[in-house]
Amino acid sequence: MPGVAITDELDILNAGGGPPANRGGGDWRREPGAFGRERRMYLTGVSVALAAILMFFMALASAYIVRKGTGSDWQPIEMPRILWLNTAVLVASSITVEVARRKLAQAGVAEFRNWWAITTALGMLFLGGQIVAWRVLADQGLFLATNPSSSFFYLLTASHGAHLLIGLFALLYVSIRAGRPDWRRRAIAAEGVAIYWHFLDGLWVFLLLLLNIGR
Amino acid sequence: MTTHAGAVHEHEAPKGFIRKYIFSLDHKVIGKQYICLALFSAFVGMFLSALMRLRLAWPAMKLPFFPDGILPEQYLALMTMHGTIMVFMVLTTAPQSGFGNYFLPLQIGAADMAFPVLNMLSFWTTFLSLVVLMAAFFVTGGAPLGGWTVYTPLSAIGEIAGPGQGLGMTLWVIAIAIFSGASLMGAINFIATTLDLRTRGLSLMRMPLTAWSWFITAAISLLAFGVLLAAGILLLLDRTAGTSFFIPGNLVLTEKVISHKGGSPILWQHLFWFFGHPEVYIAILPGMGVASHVLSTFSRKPVFGYRAMVFALSAIAFLGFIVWGHHMFVSGMSPYVAIAFSVLTMSIGVPSAIKTFNWLGTLWNGNIQFTTPMLFALGFVSLFVSGGLSGLFLAQPAVDQYLTDTYFVVAHFHLIMGVAAIFGMFTATYFWFPKVFGRMMNNTLGKLHFWLSFVGVYAIFMPMHFIGLAGHPRRYADTSGAPFLQALDPVHHFMTYAAFITIAAQFIFLFNLLWSIWKGEKAGINPWNATTLEWGVPSPPPHDNFAGHEPTVYRGPYEFSVPGVAEDFILQTTPPDKVVKS
Repeated sequence: MPGVAITDELDILNAGGGPPANRGGGDWRREPGAFGRERRMYLTGVSVALAAILMFFMALASAYIVRKGTGSDWQPIEMPRILWLNTAVLVASSITVEVARRKLAQAGVAEFRNWWAITTALGMLFLGGQIVAWRVLADQGLFLATNPSSSFFYLLTASHGAHLLIGLFALLYVSIRAGRPDWRRRAIAAEGVAIYWHFLDGLWVFLLLLLNIGR
Repeated sequence: MTTHAGAVHEHEAPKGFIRKYIFSLDHKVIGKQYICLALFSAFVGMFLSALMRLRLAWPAMKLPFFPDGILPEQYLALMTMHGTIMVFMVLTTAPQSGFGNYFLPLQIGAADMAFPVLNMLSFWTTFLSLVVLMAAFFVTGGAPLGGWTVYTPLSAIGEIAGPGQGLGMTLWVIAIAIFSGASLMGAINFIATTLDLRTRGLSLMRMPLTAWSWFITAAISLLAFGVLLAAGILLLLDRTAGTSFFIPGNLVLTEKVISHKGGSPILWQHLFWFFGHPEVYIAILPGMGVASHVLSTFSRKPVFGYRAMVFALSAIAFLGFIVWGHHMFVSGMSPYVAIAFSVLTMSIGVPSAIKTFNWLGTLWNGNIQFTTPMLFALGFVSLFVSGGLSGLFLAQPAVDQYLTDTYFVVAHFHLIMGVAAIFGMFTATYFWFPKVFGRMMNNTLGKLHFWLSFVGVYAIFMPMHFIGLAGHPRRYADTSGAPFLQALDPVHHFMTYAAFITIAAQFIFLFNLLWSIWKGEKAGINPWNATTLEWGVPSPPPHDNFAGHEPTVYRGPYEFSVPGVAEDFILQTTPPDKVVKS
């Protein structure tokens, strides 16, 4: 038979039609049935979306670096101190969302609710803190168009904040709606949202370093 | 056949007109919506190019809508909108989102795309983007005139740079930002669908090359459109919020000093071309996939070097991200950087040659059937080679210094990115029409359409190479100020006549398409005796594709003319014990 081999790779049969799921967790997540497949699909979707978001922020970050090197109008801005507090809040929310996710994966629905609510509150607190940081800059007379350094500060924090806002809606969606018929569907949604949330946490730390070190 | 194990994304067949045809979740309806959008856009873009050709051949000609003839700034607006509409609304939507949406789930044995709601959302976002883009024609100052690459700083400073650089340009940026979002949603869907919804036995290396090309194109879209979105936001802020990302200091325009300072116009070029070059492959890769598929089917032979084809697609996609600087050889970049970009660019010749020779290898000693889709697939190969070879000239910085911004470049990218990709779409249309509508397209009209288009596009674009070599700059509305160019006027006349014949041929296609939907000869399930999964379901396929039963795949996608087998093709779903021996 020319061209294509007939017999290879039938091992795929054991996974219900795709590569086997190899992420950890409870048994139901590894099973070949509907939930295993749905989980894999959503996690692929989230991971792939993160790649796109990363490219978006890398484009802005490289523009930041290039723009800093051109022209003589770059004036470093004093970072509002509240940013460090905000960072601590966001890192804490990453921990709580992880605890919540793990509780739910073991069917601990009540504990999940509490930790998930704490995460949501911390997320809102972070966004509130970012707005305070904007106010601090505005009081110094630093606005979007004042100089390239402040342009990038507002742009990067606003872009990150917009993504975090989407994350907040996702958190609320999971706590209110997702998984009415079955807690496992909610667990899948919670896992996807948690991955997204961790990513935004890491992204924020990167942006903070960029804004501070690259100032 | 086994029962559907993962009832993940089944949805009821919708009842009402709106849920069935407008806000449908069915990947087949969404695919058709994308194709309709692209078809409409293609005719608009073609109409604009007809106006441009008239202006170039007879500059003083008076036309409806243009009582004083087409003004130079109107010519630039026609050119900008032609490029933008064709690149984004035709070349990016139809091959990937259109045909991909319709046939990817069918070819991998899935009931639908991974995220049907996201799929619907990405179509309607694309539609919104088209509406915003078209609105640019009707606002004060008219459509933007900076070319589809909208180079800064002129695109960033507003009306002072020209009539269309006002509101029209703002709408352009918004439309492209919206389009980027839509493409990202589409890319996520394609990747998740390909990775996680393949049916039993369909390993990655058993996927048809069409599915591979959609998958890899989705990966390119995913990584490229985020960058375009970021660039678009920066440009929009420069235009509307007073920032200076791209606007340099001390810029004086029409005797006014622009108040911005310090920005980098070249930064826009870097960001734009980091998207713009991969975009070329977004347009052409699905065409490569469908050409491979159709050449194999109508040569009654397996694709020569299937694995090499997959490798070449991946290599082209990867290299596409590290060659953007070859669009910027004359931007003042260091010659050392230019050499690096030049070498990387020419290395794309390797996977491109692998593909070309494998296409020829597929044809070699085949039992070739010259059907209409086969003719268009052969035309695709021809155009890909013709357009690709001139790329090797342009890839050399020293040659590019002379050829840049001449008609040579216009000829190059039209052949390889424009016309070759369009021929890929025609291949797909003639090949899959019987599956989509259950009827055949008319073969005689199809062949007439092919020959007129094939000869026509060469008659338009081959002479462009020569006027480019003669030093004719692109983007000029007329050559009245340059006597040495007026000797080339007869060539312009020839190209305009050729363009009108080619355009006329597209109406044959349109007629054939519409006529065949209702009056075409009835087609069976598998009129081409093809092998892949979509040919195992009724034509047109039912709402849930496989009626709740996932097919099981036993073999690769191109088992044609297998020795010792009665028929010259074996469906992917035929179990080894059901193959009829001769």
